Amino acid sequence: MKFTLSWLREHLDTTADADAIGATLTRIGLELEQITDPGAALGAFRIAEVLEAVPHPNADRLRACTVETGAGVVSVVCGAPNARTGMKAVFAPPGSFIPGTGITLKTGEIRGVVSAGMLLSAREMGLGDDHTGILDLPPEAPVGTPYARWAGLDDPLIEIAVTPNRGDCFSVRGVARDLAAAGLGTLKPWAPASVPPAFAGGPEWRIDWPEACPFVLGRVIRAVRNGPSPDWLARRLTAIGLRPINALVDVTNLFTVGLGRPLHVFDVAKLAGPVLTLRRGAGETFRALNGRDVAVTDQDCVIADAAGVQSLAGIVGGEATGCDATTTEVFVECALFDPVRIALSGRRHQVISDARQRFERGIDAAIMPEALEAATALILQLCGGSPGTVTEAGAAPDRRRQARLRFARLRDLGGADVPAEAAVASLQGLGFAVTARDAAGVTVAVPSWRNDVAQGGGLDQSPDLPPAQAAAAAAGCAEIEPECDLIEEVLRLRGLDTIPPVSLPRAAPVPGPVLTPRQTRAAVTRRMLAAQGLAECVTFSFLDAATAARFGDAPEGLRLANPIASDLDQLRPTPLATLAQAASRNAARGYADLALFELGPAFDAAGQVLVAAGLRTGAAPRHWAGPQAPVDAMAAKADLWAALGALGVPFEALSVTPDAPGFYHPGQSGVVRQGPKTVLGRFGALHPGLLAALDLPGPAAGFELFLDAVADPKRRRRAPPDLPAFQPVRRDFAFVVSRDTPAEAVLRAARGAERTLITGVALFDVFEGGTLAAGERSLGVEVTFQPRERSLTEAELEAAAAKLVAAVAKATGARLR
Amino acid sequence: MTDDLHTLETETAAAIEAAADPRALEAVRVGLLGRNGRLTALLRDLGKTPPEDRRARGAALNALRDRLAAALEARRVTLDEAALTARLAAERIDVTLPPPPRPQGLIHPISRSMEEMAAIFGAMGFAIAEGPDVETDWHNFSALNIPAHHPARDDQDTFYLTAPAGAPPPVLRTHTSPVQVRAMLARGVPLRVIVPGRTYRADHDATHSPMFHQVEGLVIDRDITLGHLKGCLIDFLRAFFAVPDLPVRFRASYFPFTEPSMEVDIGWDRKSGALGQGQDWLEILGSGMVHPRVLANVGIDPREFQGFAFGMGIERVTMLKHGIPDLRPFYDSDIRWLRHYGFNPLAPALLHEAA
Repeated sequence: MKFTLSWLREHLDTTADADAIGATLTRIGLELEQITDPGAALGAFRIAEVLEAVPHPNADRLRACTVETGAGVVSVVCGAPNARTGMKAVFAPPGSFIPGTGITLKTGEIRGVVSAGMLLSAREMGLGDDHTGILDLPPEAPVGTPYARWAGLDDPLIEIAVTPNRGDCFSVRGVARDLAAAGLGTLKPWAPASVPPAFAGGPEWRIDWPEACPFVLGRVIRAVRNGPSPDWLARRLTAIGLRPINALVDVTNLFTVGLGRPLHVFDVAKLAGPVLTLRRGAGETFRALNGRDVAVTDQDCVIADAAGVQSLAGIVGGEATGCDATTTEVFVECALFDPVRIALSGRRHQVISDARQRFERGIDAAIMPEALEAATALILQLCGGSPGTVTEAGAAPDRRRQARLRFARLRDLGGADVPAEAAVASLQGLGFAVTARDAAGVTVAVPSWRNDVAQGGGLDQSPDLPPAQAAAAAAGCAEIEPECDLIEEVLRLRGLDTIPPVSLPRAAPVPGPVLTPRQTRAAVTRRMLAAQGLAECVTFSFLDAATAARFGDAPEGLRLANPIASDLDQLRPTPLATLAQAASRNAARGYADLALFELGPAFDAAGQVLVAAGLRTGAAPRHWAGPQAPVDAMAAKADLWAALGALGVPFEALSVTPDAPGFYHPGQSGVVRQGPKTVLGRFGALHPGLLAALDLPGPAAGFELFLDAVADPKRRRRAPPDLPAFQPVRRDFAFVVSRDTPAEAVLRAARGAERTLITGVALFDVFEGGTLAAGERSLGVEVTFQPRERSLTEAELEAAAAKLVAAVAKATGARLR
Repeated sequence: MTDDLHTLETETAAAIEAAADPRALEAVRVGLLGRNGRLTALLRDLGKTPPEDRRARGAALNALRDRLAAALEARRVTLDEAALTARLAAERIDVTLPPPPRPQGLIHPISRSMEEMAAIFGAMGFAIAEGPDVETDWHNFSALNIPAHHPARDDQDTFYLTAPAGAPPPVLRTHTSPVQVRAMLARGVPLRVIVPGRTYRADHDATHSPMFHQVEGLVIDRDITLGHLKGCLIDFLRAFFAVPDLPVRFRASYFPFTEPSMEVDIGWDRKSGALGQGQDWLEILGSGMVHPRVLANVGIDPREFQGFAFGMGIERVTMLKHGIPDLRPFYDSDIRWLRHYGFNPLAPALLHEAA
């Protein structure tokens, strides 16, 4: 919302300057976006008279001028061909900044003649392109007066952001009212006189859809002379960025912005038939004033004449019936439309107009008759003509509302100590009329322009609430909401900065747990993965559907209906997908050896789960002490194991199966399971086909840890530690098994052979070739035997070892090497 | 002392002195004190000495043995030291070699900010609530007093998912506020929660990302006032930015789900970016008293309970706190950017002011 200071002053009697007004607007919730003062750059320039202009003694093209500045007579050398004795011009004194040239003036001497200032062209003042000569002012221009003030260029333009609830402040008068209530002046009265009709007749209204348009007024004016608006009106509209069109149209724009009262003008000569009907659209198309064709639906309210749809009501008028220079008979429309239908129609047809902006926020229905009278008077003043009677259809709905404020609530909800008197005065300043008052509170009638206060309307309660609870809450809302509206008004006018801040009282002497077990798991995992050398990333939750499909499912239901770009249209099946893209981007920049991770959502048809995913690409850093190791599936497994270990997952309960999804290398990947159903994670080398598709130089290995699958820790007392008094005995075994036998099977069998005696089993060597048959491998296992009652005898140890070997052989077919 | 003993001592002392390494010294010791050693033989022969001389000779032999043993030991220590010194010299390495790399991982600045927020609000008694990124229209809009026609829906650039014909399409949540609704329904009141999380809006330019992060806050109790809202947010902002006297300004504004509503500005110097200095104000978050309609929509009677809510952009406060100039690299995972702005995973977030 833009307006000039002079426009505001038409409604507000104030001595405040633009800066004070801007600060107040921001404080009371009409946030100042900017103040631009087109005159500010011209402040130093004053009107001057050229007392004498003679040829420069030493230069053919220059003139030596003697100039009366109002503050003394000075000598100025001027190059303009039109500088002449007796002319009025604009003078820039030394020290002033010339916006058109970017130069700060200094007193100087030009070829022997002193020049103490400058006479300015329009271009030098930044007021246009004219540089044919200095500005030639009319003889009556007063010497010594600031040029900007004399030329009306010192009118600051104020731009504010109006919040969606404040339809009334989409008008200069509404802003003025708020400022007056905030103590920045007095609202000037506005009481237009009615214009008696000179004749009866003109178009008639008919309302076929009263829910969309409950009330409409209109008035015909005949014998008008339409043409360009007078200077003051054109300048006012131009200043706020509106293009003057012709007097009739400009009047409607003036009322839209000045009073928040959109009007529309029809050229009666272009209307078919005597009746204008407000009805539902029926699929017709009409050409709107913005040049676009609009196909109206039965959800749109239109204005139609005998020839068809002429206007998308309250949003945009039609080209065919608009007013232009040939218009001699005009019909002024002044209507009330349902805000919700206007909002939905405007959005449906993607038309943003000043009229829509106001109707969808709600206008002041009470000023319709007066506004039409005022518009009639202005049209008569600008275009002449003869007014008809006011025609109308429907009736203004009764929107009278009451609201009650209990003074104590200003403290108990607002935290502010506001004297009752001050609270009432604030409300009255905004136009609320006191209807009852006692010591505890005040009841006020809500002014017609405040559609946002005590507006009522239905709730949208959760369907799962018990009916009694829902009803009580709704009753409470109906009681409290209007009061909250009033509290907000009182507090914002006083300024929220006046409310003393109070630190939150403690809910408990020591705060309760901040994180849930699930959140703790995420925090621990994040730290542990970073401690493994992985860098945390935050990547988008969406990516292109084709890449998503490579990482699992890309169902239709997880596709964006309105993606911002085609490569961001599918919710990701796993963060590993977007991490892989991140690695690919890094590789393209020359950083191919990476270790990245992310904690974030993965989506599937069933919902979303929290996943910690990690990706290593390329190789570990080169180093003098050893060969460079390319990343592999085991590196990813080590990362996953580190995280699982940090989460306290019991490794002995885990098993790994080789059935990871297809984006992993089928022979170098695994699924980590806890029990038959729970999948905790997956890891492996990424499939070479995937790497090629992503332009990711290999090798690459990743993992996914499904944090939601990890069980919450059980609250139970820990068992005491196992601290036997005897030294453990360690023995190495080499088992020969087929290559297909999982090492896990050998280790599990070894470990289970003697539950209490064997406390540790560690694989220290894997060997193939040599004397082993093809398809065989040898697994070197160190077994820890832990005596408990006394030291083991050699015989006991032998027996235990034999039992172990037998158990492993039974489980896996292994033989000792 | 007799001549033979004198000779023995003189010769042995010379031999000890001449022993250049532990083995030579051991040979001297064996030649002197071994089974067939010269001094051993003299001691063995003591019995053959006339009884009247035996006592004196015995004392002399013992004294000689003690002196030579001490000389041997002294020489041994000297030789050991020399040997150790030689070994140490031989074992010298180039200590300026770079050690084996242990690549250092790091925490993303957004995570770091979330941890700091959890720490600060946790100290004020808040718990952390979470909710899904894919939301129903009711949770994201209607329950929050944003009906279908509300102008605010135009402002939010909502992403919709593809829905089967006839069904209302789910949305990607445009703010973390739907979790207010979920928290009130699931936890009841009184309530103190913050909700950090991912949010989505169809906007992509230098200062907008289609995905970003917000933290929502919600306090509901019987006697929570706007004064508490101000106190809580001032306390948080001063702690988070580690500027104890950070100026904080509250301006009336409008949000559908709060009333009264206010925007919160902090003081800063626009030119230098220094927080708490200069004369400029920077809008940093939105807040307000929870709208009675929002309470009623989740079955809370606004005559009994009231409270406040706020929401702020995590990227925005992170950029301000750490002087990060550009939004887009947050999501690009450029390893150079991550290394530059990332955080040590072991730095305690409780010490937010030391970050």
